[in-house]
Parts: sequence; structure tokens; C-alpha cells
Amino acid sequence: MSRLDFEDVTVRYGHHTVLDGVSLTVPEHQIMGLVGESGSGKSTLARAAVGLAPLSRGRVLLDGRPVQSQGRRRPIQMVFQDPSSSLDPRMSIGRSIAEALPERLRRAPQRAEIARLLRLVHLDPDRAADPPARLSGGQRQRVAIARALAGRPTVVLADEITSALDVSVQGAILNLVREMQRDSGLTMLFISHNLAVVRYVATHVAVMAAGRIVEQGPTDRVFAAPATAYTRKLLASMPGGGPRPGP
Amino acid sequence: MTATVAVAHASARRTRGRWTRFVLRRARRLLISLWILVTASFLMIQLVPGDPVRAALGTSAPAELVAARREQLGLDEPLLDQYLTYLRDLFTGDLGESILTQLSVAETIGQRLLATLSLALPAFVVTFAFAVPAGVALAVATRQGRRRRTELTFVGTSIVLASIPEFVVCVALVAVFAVNLGLVPAAGRDGLDSYVLPVLALAVGPAAVLARIVRVEMLAVLDADYVRTARAKRLSALRINLRHALPNAVTATLTLSGLMLATMVAGTVLVENVFAWPGLGGTIVSSIQSRDYPLVQGAVLVYGAIALTVNTLVDVAIAAIDPRSMIGDS
Amino acid sequence: MRRRRPEVLRTPLGIVGITLLVILALLAVLAPLVWGDRATATHTDNMLAGPSPEHWAGTDNLGRDILFRTLVATRLSIVLTLAATIFGVGLGLLLGMAPLLLPRRLGRLVVAFVNVLLGFPSLLMVLFLAVILGVSTTSALLAIGIAIAPPFARLVYALGAGVAERDFVAAARIAGVHPLRIMVRHVLPNIAEPLVVNATVTASSVLLAFGGLSFLGIGVQAPQFDWGRLMQDGLAIIYDNPLAALAPGVAFVLTGLALNLTGEAAAGTFGAKSRIRTTRSLTERRSVSPRSNTRDADTDLVLDVRDLEIAFPGPYGPVSPVRGVSIALRAGEAVGIVGESGSGKSMTALAVAQLVEEPGRVTAERLTFCATDLRSGRRTAHDALLGTSLAVVFQDPMTSLNPVMRLGSQLGEAARRHQGLTRRQASARAADRLRAVHLSDPERRLRQYPHEFSGGMRQRAMIAMGLMGTPRLIVADEPTTALDMTVQRQVLDLLQEIRRKHGTALLLISHDVSVVSSICERVLVMYAGRIVEDLPAADLYTQARHPYTRALIGAVPEMTTDLDAPLATIAGQPVDPRHVPDGCAFAARCPRVTDRCRQEEPTLQAGPAGTVACWHVGDPLPAETKEVAVG
Repeated sequence: MSRLDFEDVTVRYGHHTVLDGVSLTVPEHQIMGLVGESGSGKSTLARAAVGLAPLSRGRVLLDGRPVQSQGRRRPIQMVFQDPSSSLDPRMSIGRSIAEALPERLRRAPQRAEIARLLRLVHLDPDRAADPPARLSGGQRQRVAIARALAGRPTVVLADEITSALDVSVQGAILNLVREMQRDSGLTMLFISHNLAVVRYVATHVAVMAAGRIVEQGPTDRVFAAPATAYTRKLLASMPGGGPRPGP
Repeated sequence: MTATVAVAHASARRTRGRWTRFVLRRARRLLISLWILVTASFLMIQLVPGDPVRAALGTSAPAELVAARREQLGLDEPLLDQYLTYLRDLFTGDLGESILTQLSVAETIGQRLLATLSLALPAFVVTFAFAVPAGVALAVATRQGRRRRTELTFVGTSIVLASIPEFVVCVALVAVFAVNLGLVPAAGRDGLDSYVLPVLALAVGPAAVLARIVRVEMLAVLDADYVRTARAKRLSALRINLRHALPNAVTATLTLSGLMLATMVAGTVLVENVFAWPGLGGTIVSSIQSRDYPLVQGAVLVYGAIALTVNTLVDVAIAAIDPRSMIGDS
Repeated sequence: MRRRRPEVLRTPLGIVGITLLVILALLAVLAPLVWGDRATATHTDNMLAGPSPEHWAGTDNLGRDILFRTLVATRLSIVLTLAATIFGVGLGLLLGMAPLLLPRRLGRLVVAFVNVLLGFPSLLMVLFLAVILGVSTTSALLAIGIAIAPPFARLVYALGAGVAERDFVAAARIAGVHPLRIMVRHVLPNIAEPLVVNATVTASSVLLAFGGLSFLGIGVQAPQFDWGRLMQDGLAIIYDNPLAALAPGVAFVLTGLALNLTGEAAAGTFGAKSRIRTTRSLTERRSVSPRSNTRDADTDLVLDVRDLEIAFPGPYGPVSPVRGVSIALRAGEAVGIVGESGSGKSMTALAVAQLVEEPGRVTAERLTFCATDLRSGRRTAHDALLGTSLAVVFQDPMTSLNPVMRLGSQLGEAARRHQGLTRRQASARAADRLRAVHLSDPERRLRQYPHEFSGGMRQRAMIAMGLMGTPRLIVADEPTTALDMTVQRQVLDLLQEIRRKHGTALLLISHDVSVVSSICERVLVMYAGRIVEDLPAADLYTQARHPYTRALIGAVPEMTTDLDAPLATIAGQPVDPRHVPDGCAFAARCPRVTDRCRQEEPTLQAGPAGTVACWHVGDPLPAETKEVAVG
């Protein structure tokens, strides 16, 4: 069981309401896409789920229970956008991953676990001692995914994890995300401003605008027959999504 | 047409509103800081271990004299009463009287302060007049690793100059120009000649430090995207460097300049000591050594108030140059 | 593995600084042991003597040797400096880290407290404490320590808050790592370098502050002596023996120098990894071939670039991020350049816009813009032409506008310089141009600063800036990469509209094939500084023949992508321009690679749709490894 529920989640910074009574269910063992323009509150919603954004009202439930935000075991993990800032430049990637392991292991089992996680994201386990500076952007995102998996989460939040990458690398990361989900049955909230990317990885999608969910449903249904003008506008702005202007 | 004018007015109103709020915020912070300063300077005399009057007058002073002075200073009254009296006197410009000379502290400080400012302000002007052009010129000349030798010479020289304490500069200047060459007077405040060495002594170190900071800031700004945009517009080098780059570089410099002026007013303490300048610095030192607390108290208050006011003015000046600095501070 | 010298020791400043520090440390340890007695021995028969073979720096008013006194004073001066620095830096660390660890409200209070303390000059604080604690070495030490703590605390807080905002700290928090442990493991190591540099420089000001206090007689008290005390004694007898004041002065300067030089060298090695970026254009005639004459050029061409090459000096010989690129654009034509980061596409755009700077060098067989040879004349010779006929739009609209200038003056200045408009005319033109890029309320916008605009609005303003003249060519380097999808569409539509209205040519650089193909007529694909394929945009999805182009297309999910098949990926890493391999640069990542590819570099060959540089355009693709779809 790993269903993530947002119930009437409201986040305010000063007088500015970033999230305005958001209720959303991320179905278990599914990838739910979250799309919207920047400033719509997508990232804040994810951060609220892991306790990085203070809730003014509402609650976040994991399988009907409040999310645990104390102690070493954290069932919700997150992967961030910027590969240059998502890993501590002073720490080897192996140590970054080890830090996220829920229990302390002896040296040998720990090394084996790190190797397993690196292999899972298609990285050479021998690179565990490398600093992030020796890795490309795509490889760093792979490490960030491995670190998230190290916490043995039931839910993973992915916040624009490919938008800072070259398109050639983006494809590989998206393949990896699909593979992970298929193999381990993770529940995922996949945030992106790129509708084609969401369409490719997510079975369900929610559309956000100005701190509210304006539409949600199965991806193919929402993209084929959008119910709101806002979603239609998003779809029309995709390259090749609307009438192609001639020269 | 009317619509445009109306919009323009609305925009001007908005801008003015933001300015007013910003200046009010800064004024509030200044007032709070001044209140802390006043309270601290009041408490200073209370925190002195033992009896301050006894400490000032010495163990041999007759008990009646000590008692009289305690009475005069109001030290026997309850603390709160003393505080209120202190505040009331402050508003009437009364800083009390010296324990030793019984002269009015406000008057003494007033005279001495003028002498000190007559050193600090010219030194401040000299520092800026030298440091900003030098820093800008060197940044433009040495950017992207050009003219490595010029860069090394400048960095080396400025580090050496910045490493020399002002009292060493003073002594060296006195030794060379006054003692050996006899060009200018070695000490005292007498005519324009007598200003040369103290002002120079005060300005050398800060000028070297500031020139380095201006250069580093300027180098960073010259690499910014908006400078590239300015180049893409094919503007003249003069406009790119002075209109696009410089204002962005000086905001950090100005932040520092406030501290620098404050430090300079304080730095005169040492310079005045060497040149026997009849300024506030000398007064503070001698009053600390002689434990003339009311005098120290008054001097600390005046110095602090000047420093805080200057810092506030600098903040406002920065906001005028870079409107972004107004947002994001509470 | 060759052994590495510490970075600090690689600069002349660093070597001098560290050497001086070592000498001082030795003196501090040894001088009092060796010369302690001679420094305090009084010789009433030899008072106030000048320099002599026995007393190199003369003697003071008690006949004590000034040189030895100065040397022996090293220990006390340095010990006091270090003690005060450590105390102050420690206090600063605590005050700076507290707001990052405490609950928010309490943290803010600490920050406010530090801000207020910062307002007071440190000497004032020293005097204040000297009054309360009485005149003694200890009170001076405490006072100086307390005085240096606030600026250090602010630095710690500012740097620490910067690191604490970064994603790896958020990740550690999500993983349940204790805040204190995050501070020690993640935050402090990442701010240690600037803190060490700053502490070194702070130590030098502590040295001066302590010296100053002793000099004034409120620091070290007799019979102890440090350099400041010696200076004061020396000043009293400066007319008898100037060296008495100068010897400790020299000690001050050397110590300050040692600390400052070390700090400077450390700051240089830690901080300034200076990026090589634009300076001024330096276009050179490469080889005057008979063809490179503007007369026989196609006069219809707005831009004609042949065999463009860009080189930067590197430690192991020149590095060429762009090698032999040719581009021709007609009026109204839109050409896109795609490729991964590091393929040289942005550098090509900069070279076309004449914005490659020293030490970069641009050479070309032909570089003609609007029938003018840009290689000729001085670098300012073409300013008027380029300033009015060439518009450049950069990637990040947030940083490409000057934050301290109103939009009006940023828009108007080029027109005033190149078109001789008055301020009023320029402003009217600017308002008109803002209207042309569909920004509402242009008169008000002109008086606003860039930070009052959204990203999309800024990019429109950048485009309006280019439209102040009558551009024949717009060079747009990733103009929409930093923008939302909806805004991206608006900006692309705007570029398209300008092109249709004014017949402006467009050179669009992007890493996204779908962006380029949606508005361009022709697409150039760059890899490792070369164009590897050139074909009509309409044929991109169907006729692309280079394996790299096909992979780029397959890697981008579209709204029609097959959901059951994995996306195409390109194995390996892009080519480092410092080590371009022989043969085809793409060989190492190519599924069709053969020995020929590794030895011979393919050139652009014409095909049915455009040109392509690949030895295997005719061959069928090898069977792709298909992932087994799970049902």
C-alpha cells in the first residue's frame, strides 16, 4: 500500500498564497504527472509532502496516515531539478547514497548496498568513490535517483528532474524512471512543465494553475479531451501541438 | 493621451510608495539601533566593577569629594530614575560633566569632534577619489587574464599598502617628511600644511583596500550577461564600462564605504595620537586611561550615532542606485 | 600519479606569504628562548644610542637593544593575534550558524542582533569593553574578539544560508539526517574555503587592532611588550632614534603582509576559477583566397559565413570549439542550429554576432553580413551596421538585462548612438517597439526596472531591444530554454511574426529539435564543433540520415511518441574540444561505427535532402535493441 493523499493543502508565505486548498490523490503503484506553468505551485506541493514547505492548512496522508517526518525512516523521497546542486560537491557519491540509507550498516554490507543501487540506475559501482564533479549532469541525476531509492521509499517525488538536462540525456533518464516504476511498483509524483514528457511516463495527470488543481484524470483522457481552457492552452503551446505557422 | 498620463502618475505613485516604505523601514532600524546605543552607553558606567567615582578620583581622594561627585552624577538614585534622567538630559543636549575637570562633556566633544571630522572627511574623499577610478581602470585593463604583470604589480602593491597599520604610516611619514626633510610640521593643527600627513596616513590603507574591492567587483560585473548585451548593442566602451558596469560594481563598494567612514572616524584615534591632533580620539584615550567615565560615555555615544547614521544613509544611497536592494529586506 | 603541490604554493604571492608565515612562526617559538635576556637587559651607559655594530637598530631610553626587543615581541604579538582571532572567529561561527539551526523566529532575532552589532565600528566596541573590563591585556583580547565576531557571523550566515538552500541539503533533510549533522557534514565543508580566507585576512586586522590598542596604551601593559607597545615607546624617542619606532613597524608590515598574501593567494586558488567569456571581437583574415571577395558573393545573402573557426589558447595548445562551420542565410530565412551542450552552437552564434572576445580568435574564409566584410577594418568600424541591423537574443532573460537601469534607457541607448535619435525620439521609438512585441502599457514599462518583469516579458523586451533598429538578422541563442512552455510558444510566435513582417533572417540556436523544427526552414546539426548534417526542417523527422541527428530526434518525447518503446539514447559523453579524436568525432558513440570512421573524418556530402557528413548514410540501421514491453 502506498497511496499519497493531499487533503486541502494550503501553503502561504506571508500574504502570498502559493497553494490554495489542493486535494489530490496519487494512486498507488502509478506515476502521476503534475503539469503547470512556473509559479503554479507544482514544486511547493512536492515540498509540502516531505516537510520542506510549512502547511498553513490541510494535511498530507500516506495510506491514510500522516506522513512521518521524524527519525531515519522516511517513506517519501524526492529527486530535484538541478543536477549541479542536488549532490554535495564535497562528498563522494557513495557517501551521499549511504547517508540516505535508513539503517546503519557495517562496511561490507553498506558497500554492497551502494553497489546494488548504482547498478540499479545503470552506473558503474566502482564509481562510488568519485566526487560529483567527475560526473555528467545525467549521471548526477542517476545518483540522485539512487539516493532517493536508498531510503527504501514507497513514494518518490520527481521535481522537473530532466529539465536541466540536454535532450539526449533526458531520454535516458525517462527510460530509467519508467523502468524503476515497472520493476519496483513505486508510486510517483512526476512534476514537469513539458507535457510530452509527462505523457511518456505518467498514467495519470493533474494540471495546476495559480495554486489550484484545475483538472486531473488518466493521461490519455486529459490530453485527448481536455476539460478546461487552461489545459487546452498548455497543449496548444507544445511544439507541433497547434497549427504550425508557415514561413 | 490622458490615459497614458494617468498611468504614468499611477506608476510614479507606486514607486514613491515603495520608496517611502523603504525609507521608513530604514529609519525605524536606525532608531532602534540608536536606542540600543544610548542604553548601552548608559549601562557602561553601571557595569564598571566597583565604584566608578572612586576609580576615577583614585584611592587618595577624600571621601567627601567622592560622595559629592556620586551625588552630582546621580549614582545613588534607583537605576530606572537614572536612566530616565539620562534620556531627558540627552534630549536637551546635556551629556553630563567630566568627573575630573567638571567641564561640560557636550561642549568638549563638540569642539573635539570638529577637529576629528576635519581629518576624517577629507581622508574619506581622498580614498574614494583614488580607489574607484584606479579599481575600475585596472579591472578593465586586466580582465580575462590580460596584462598579468600589471595585475600582479597592482595586487602586490595594494596588499603591501593595506598591510601597513595607520600608526606605522604615521610614524614613517613623520620620520621622512617632518623629521628628515622638514617639509611639513610633525604635529599639531596649524594651517593647511598640518593636514597633509594625517589625511594621507588615514587614507593610504583604506584606499588600497577599496581599490582592490572595486577591481574584484568590477571584474565580476564585466563578465555578467547584461554587459554582453550592452556589447551586442555596440555601445562605446566608455558607456559600457561606466553606465552599465560601474553602478553594478559600486553597490558592494558602497556597503563597505559606510563601515569605512565609521572606521576612519575611529581610526583617527591613532592618527590624532601621533600628530597630537586636538581631536575626539585623543580625548577618548586619555579619558579611558584616567577613567573619566562621563566623557567616555559621551564620546562612545557620539561616535556610535555618527556610524549608525552614515550606514543608514549608505543603504538609502544604494537603493537609489540599485532598486532591487529595496525588496526582500524586512 | 604526479605529486601535487598545494594550490596556494603555485602563485608567487602564495609562496612569499607562506614563507613569511613560517619564518614568523619560527621566530615566535625561538626568539624569546634565544634572545629573551638580551631584549630585557638594561644598559644605562648606552641609552638612546643610534645603530651600531652591537645594536643594529640602536637602543631605547633604558639602553635595551631594539632589534632584539622587536624579535622577542614576535611571540606575544602573534599569540595575542591568534588568540583573539580564534575567540572572535569561534564566536562568529556560533552566531552565524545559530539562525540556521534555531527555529525560524529565534533565528531571525539572532540575525537582527548581528545586524545591529555590525553597525557599530569595531574600535568603538573595543573602547566600550576596555572601559567596563578595565585596561588589561585580557580585556583587550576579549574586546577585539567580540568586535570581529559580528562581520564573521554575517559571512557565515550568508554563505551557510546559500548552501542550506541547495537541493542536496533538502535531500539530506528528507533522508532524516539530523540538522546538526547536516551543518557539520554538508554546510560547513562547503563554506570552509571562503571562511579560512576571511579568517586569515581577519587575523591581519586583529594584529593591527591589538597593535593599535597597545600603541594607545590600553592593550598590553608594561613590563610585557608587543610590537604596538614598542612602537609607542619608539615614537617618544623618534627624534633620537627613528629606528626605535620603525623596527616594530617593519615587523607589523611583514606580518600583515604574510597574512594578507596567504589569504589573497588562497582566495585566488579557491574562488576565481575565471570563466573565459566574451570580451571583444577579434576577427582576422585567415587566408586571402581569390574567392573571398564580397563582389562575387550572393548579394541576396544577409549572412554568409564560410569555414568559420574559433580558437582559444589552452595550456596544451589552442582549443577549437568551432571548426570549419559555414552558414548562409537569405533575407527572411530561418535557420536553426541544434546540438548538445558543448557542440559549439552557442559559440558559433557569438562569432556571427561578433561577440567572441579576446583571447578567443575567430577566423573565417568569408564572414559577410549585409554585403559588408566583417573581417576588415577596426573592431569598432562596423558598430553602426551591427548596432542597427543585427539583433541578438540571449538565453537567460533574467540576467541579460541590466538590473540597475530602467528599461527605457536600455532600449533607447543604441538608437541614440547609432541612429542619432534624441532622448525623446528614442523613448517614443522604444514605446512603439514594446507595443510591437505585445507588451501592454509600454510607456509605464519604459520607466520600470527589469526585476519588475516576468521572464517572458523580459525576453520580449530583449527582442524589442533588437528591433530598435531595422534588423536584417536576429541571432537567438536558446531564447526559450529558460521559459515555460506557454511562454516559449509566445516568444517563438513573436519571432515568427517579426520575420514575416520585416523579412528578417533568423538564426535560432537550441538544444531542442522540436523547437527548431517548429519555426525554422532549415536545420543545421552540430557535433564537436562541426556541422554534421544540414537539411530542410520539413524533412527532419523523415529524411535525417546522420545517426546523431536521428538519436537527437528519438530522444525527445513528442505528443505522438510510441509509449511502449524506450526513447533513443546516445551512449557515452560529448567530445571534449580539447581532445577531438581523429576520424569522425561521433565514432565513439555511434552504433554504426567502423574502422573507417575512426580513421577518416567524413565531409559534408550532398544527398536527396540536404547534406550529411557520415560514411554510412547509405547503410541500413543495425537492428535496434528493443526493450521488452511489459504488458
